[in-house]
Amino acid sequence: MTPYCRIDHVDKVYSRGNTETCVLKEITLDIDEGEYVSIIGHSGCGKSTLLNIVAGLTEATSGGVILEGKHVDEPGPDRAVVFQNHSLLPWLTVYDNVKLAVDKVFGSSKSRAERDEWTLHNLNLVQMTHAKDKRPSEISGGMKQRVGLARALAMEPKILLLDEPFGALDALTRAHLQDTVMGLHQKLGNTVMMITHDVDEAVLLSDRIIMMTNGPSAQIGEILTVPIARPRKRLELVTDATFLKCRQRVLEFLYERHRFVEAA
Amino acid sequence: MNMPLVKTDNSQTIAAVTGAPAAAKVLPLTFKRPALQSKFVGKLRDVAANLVPPIVMISLLLIIWEMLCSKTGATLPPPSRVLADTWELIVDPFYDRGGIDKGLFWHLSASLQRVALGYALAAVAGVALGTLVGQSVWAMRGLDPIFQVLRTVPPLAWLPLSLAAFRDSQPSAIFVIFITAIWPIIINTAVGIRNMPQDYRNVAAVLRLNPLEFFIKVMVPSAAPYIFTGLRIGIGLSWLAIVAAEMLIGGVGIGFFIWDAWNSSHISEIILALIYVGIVGFILDRIVAGIASIVTRGTAAN
Repeated sequence: MTPYCRIDHVDKVYSRGNTETCVLKEITLDIDEGEYVSIIGHSGCGKSTLLNIVAGLTEATSGGVILEGKHVDEPGPDRAVVFQNHSLLPWLTVYDNVKLAVDKVFGSSKSRAERDEWTLHNLNLVQMTHAKDKRPSEISGGMKQRVGLARALAMEPKILLLDEPFGALDALTRAHLQDTVMGLHQKLGNTVMMITHDVDEAVLLSDRIIMMTNGPSAQIGEILTVPIARPRKRLELVTDATFLKCRQRVLEFLYERHRFVEAA
Repeated sequence: MNMPLVKTDNSQTIAAVTGAPAAAKVLPLTFKRPALQSKFVGKLRDVAANLVPPIVMISLLLIIWEMLCSKTGATLPPPSRVLADTWELIVDPFYDRGGIDKGLFWHLSASLQRVALGYALAAVAGVALGTLVGQSVWAMRGLDPIFQVLRTVPPLAWLPLSLAAFRDSQPSAIFVIFITAIWPIIINTAVGIRNMPQDYRNVAAVLRLNPLEFFIKVMVPSAAPYIFTGLRIGIGLSWLAIVAAEMLIGGVGIGFFIWDAWNSSHISEIILALIYVGIVGFILDRIVAGIASIVTRGTAAN
């Protein structure tokens, strides 16, 4: 059986002049429908490059991505991205930012009223309806990220790509947003691929954690399945033995076997 | 882990904090009228604070001017003479005795029409060319050196060439305005497009916006603050160039009015015209700045 999404023998080589830098080597990964997969690794290991290849924003040097049996090599709303720095258009209101995506994706299949309703529905999912007429500059970082999430969800993507979505947020806001994402994944059953460098976040949210070795020529070092039943409760997990074990496994991988070597 | 580990402690602190203000007495507001009055006085004071300094400075300058030019042998008229000489022009700007003997309103409006046409053409062509140069590396390499050289050519140097090409003063003046205003618009638009964050391109790519949608919905709004900087410099330069151009081409226009006044030794009229040119230039700048602040609301602050 073909998997829902397959990253097939992806290599990425950047060449500048005569020097070639191999960023990713032989990355092969299958993702099931409805699965939440996190990719963790030290900075510079090419995890964002991998996400960009899946998104179609970066071209793989060899290998490719197959989503629902189709080869994908250019960006599209079926692989919606939540960017690290929200990437909302600052001249549009919160509502219009989401509406832009809705209009583009459902312009021909939904009526005007349906599109309006769908926009509001998605803003409601991330609890941002109250700020729909505000501009991005008038809302907090966490709120911007919520709107970015609403915009991505509104495209009804086959796979949702999160590029360190909580990286720029303070700890409390981050926890709050993680709970939101966890709730939405539970409710909507999206397939999610998330880039992160936060071990707790990876263990809390993921079904599987893909641990990447250090670059250059980064590879998948280890894959850890997180056998914790959903719905997961943040507070209960603090003392949960399985959680702690998973956390330890990831920490060991990152800090003992694949310590971050500072490039000169 | 990013979670409140000591939740019970937290809630206790909150309770303690919220308990404090309850103890404080809330005083009723009894002096409502004086409060309102002082608010009104305060506002008046604000207005006065903004108005008094310029009034003082203008009066001071007028007094100095009056003193300097009232001496015997002064070459320029004092403000009192200017006012007396030009009173007819000030109170009746709309007269029209045919030919070039018209009120100042008609001269200014003729100049403004030329500026409006030349500037509008420059704005459209400037934004289009700026977009091309900002978007395409090839176009930038090819056109940028040409622009950089041409933009240093003084506006009036174009006039003889355009007169030769158009063989008529009206299109020549409009061309001079066009060629004066276009450079800052092109250059600023190009910088604005080039500085567009990669994120916006990524968003557009994920949404699969077509090139036209991308241009209208992402590129133009993103570059709008830069474009308007160019437009604002452009309108200022246009107004600078029109006066000089009209002195040479003649006909109706504020530039020619000044030249004509000089030829008839009506120095007071020149001074009046200069004041009008300054005020109109200021208003034009404010209009473009006003449009910019409305259009780019929220864009600058990311």
